[in-house]
Amino acid sequence: MLELSVRRRQGDFQMDVKLAAGPGVTALYGRSGSGKTSVINMVAGLARPDSGRISVDGRVLFDSESGIDLAPEQRRLGYVFQDHRLFPHLSVRGNLEFGRNRVPVAERTVDFHQVVEVLGVGHLLDRRPSLLSGGEKQRVAIGRALLASPRILLMDEPLASLDSARKAELLPFISALAGEFAIPILYVSHAMDEVLRLADTLVLMDQGRVAAAGPLEQLMSDPGLRPLTGRYEAGAVVSAVVAGHDTAYGVSRLTFPGGTLLVSQTDQPVGAKVRVRIHARDVAISIEPPERISVRNVLPAMVTSVTPAGSFLVDVVLSVGGTPLWVQITALAQAQLSLKSGMRVHALIKALTMARGDVAGVRR
Amino acid sequence: MFGLTPLETEALRLSLLVSGWAVAGSLPLGLACAWLLARRDFPGKTVVDGLIHLPLVLPPVVVGYALLVTFGRRGVIGGWLYDWFGITVAFTWKGAAIASAVIAFPLLVRAIRLSLEGVDRGLEQAARTLGCGPVRTFFTVTLPLVMPGVITGVILAFARSLSEFGATITFVSNIPGETQTLPIALYALTQVPGGDEAALRLCVISVVVAFAALTVSELLSRRVQARLRA
Repeated sequence: MLELSVRRRQGDFQMDVKLAAGPGVTALYGRSGSGKTSVINMVAGLARPDSGRISVDGRVLFDSESGIDLAPEQRRLGYVFQDHRLFPHLSVRGNLEFGRNRVPVAERTVDFHQVVEVLGVGHLLDRRPSLLSGGEKQRVAIGRALLASPRILLMDEPLASLDSARKAELLPFISALAGEFAIPILYVSHAMDEVLRLADTLVLMDQGRVAAAGPLEQLMSDPGLRPLTGRYEAGAVVSAVVAGHDTAYGVSRLTFPGGTLLVSQTDQPVGAKVRVRIHARDVAISIEPPERISVRNVLPAMVTSVTPAGSFLVDVVLSVGGTPLWVQITALAQAQLSLKSGMRVHALIKALTMARGDVAGVRR
Repeated sequence: MFGLTPLETEALRLSLLVSGWAVAGSLPLGLACAWLLARRDFPGKTVVDGLIHLPLVLPPVVVGYALLVTFGRRGVIGGWLYDWFGITVAFTWKGAAIASAVIAFPLLVRAIRLSLEGVDRGLEQAARTLGCGPVRTFFTVTLPLVMPGVITGVILAFARSLSEFGATITFVSNIPGETQTLPIALYALTQVPGGDEAALRLCVISVVVAFAALTVSELLSRRVQARLRA
């Protein structure tokens, strides 16, 4: 558990950040320049807060009041940099063992062979970093950080310098980490697709401050946070379990607290936990239950809130069996339906609108 | 040895001994100075930088005379060395090594400093987060990365030491078997009638030694560069 409350001034930029990161993946999301990297540099000891306190599992790393400021090497954290930063003069094995060798044998919590297997770098051990592909370099860098038996793993946009193919190759590895090694991860990113895929907890950063923090599903369904979660990303994220596939029709059934969702067939196995992104523009609202309609998902719901968004749009948040669902309708539609909070309605979602890219496997 | 006369063998041996010790002895200090100049800001940095580079622009005779004054038996440092350790450096090969070291020092520092300035500090930060203190980081990451610069500096300094004449002859004079290195032996031969042929032979030996040093350095730095290519 990382607990941090710091202030730092960088030129004209004032940072004032309070956050906590528990088990699982905590994503630090915000525009470039919002201070995300500075936060993890302060955790790692590479940047010094002007005042405040940082602790991991109760161990104080920095405290301006009692004058504690541990050197980076005393903090026992793993740091995966955006640019892999592998040591060019060492082989892959040398890089992997670099941090491990500094940890007393009794305190090593991460097994070398497990890391090599999970990250799939076994065939690269004797190579030099210069001979690796971008994705391989970053995998080795992750392994190197893990093998230092860190109390928390800090990742600074580890996929940002990779093309989309390499990114897709690396995402499953990262999503497997938190589960396989039981190490909390603080993941800095400005790419929403990565965050949706990986994060359990979301911390939204804006201009050096934490604008909001909480479970990913909750924050993503909050229209009030839309300026921060991204204009084109507008939509809810729903956690569900794969209940079955209907190969004949190319669809999969997912169950979630609000009912069953029919989506385009996913490659996730039955029983897998998944996260579905439902774009706010792809949901329609009907007051009467529609009959003889092509839309496959008709879910009973209750209106939680209705807020105008700009001149012609209205944001409506529905509760589908307790799961928030964000819907965007036109102001014209709202003029005719007069939706009010507390109303019982039906949410209509076409199965086709939830395709493979919107259904992501969640580890564990 | 290869048909060399005793005088030539002795001069060659002395040259290699003096240059070897000059470089080996000044390397740790050279690394420290290069690191200070590349990485630290401190008051008087310009002065220190100037002092280190001074032998590059001063006439070597001036350096030799300054050494004689400070390292002579009655000099500030020379007297102290003699009183406490019974060491005399003036008019010995050790003095010749000191003279060569001082003259070649700027070349050594310069090459290492340039190389240090080119090291990605991010790699050092990575080493720190992986549990290495500053000293261990220097020896396990920084030093291997500046190896090409160190090799260049060492070879440059070695070559400069081999050719050292002015400061050496001023400080430790021309004593056969003690301070008579290749250039000094060569100079001595040109001062006596009929020494032309022997002087020419020394010329050839000097060229061969210098060429060998350059070749070795080229091969070494190629190998190191190949290992470091990121």
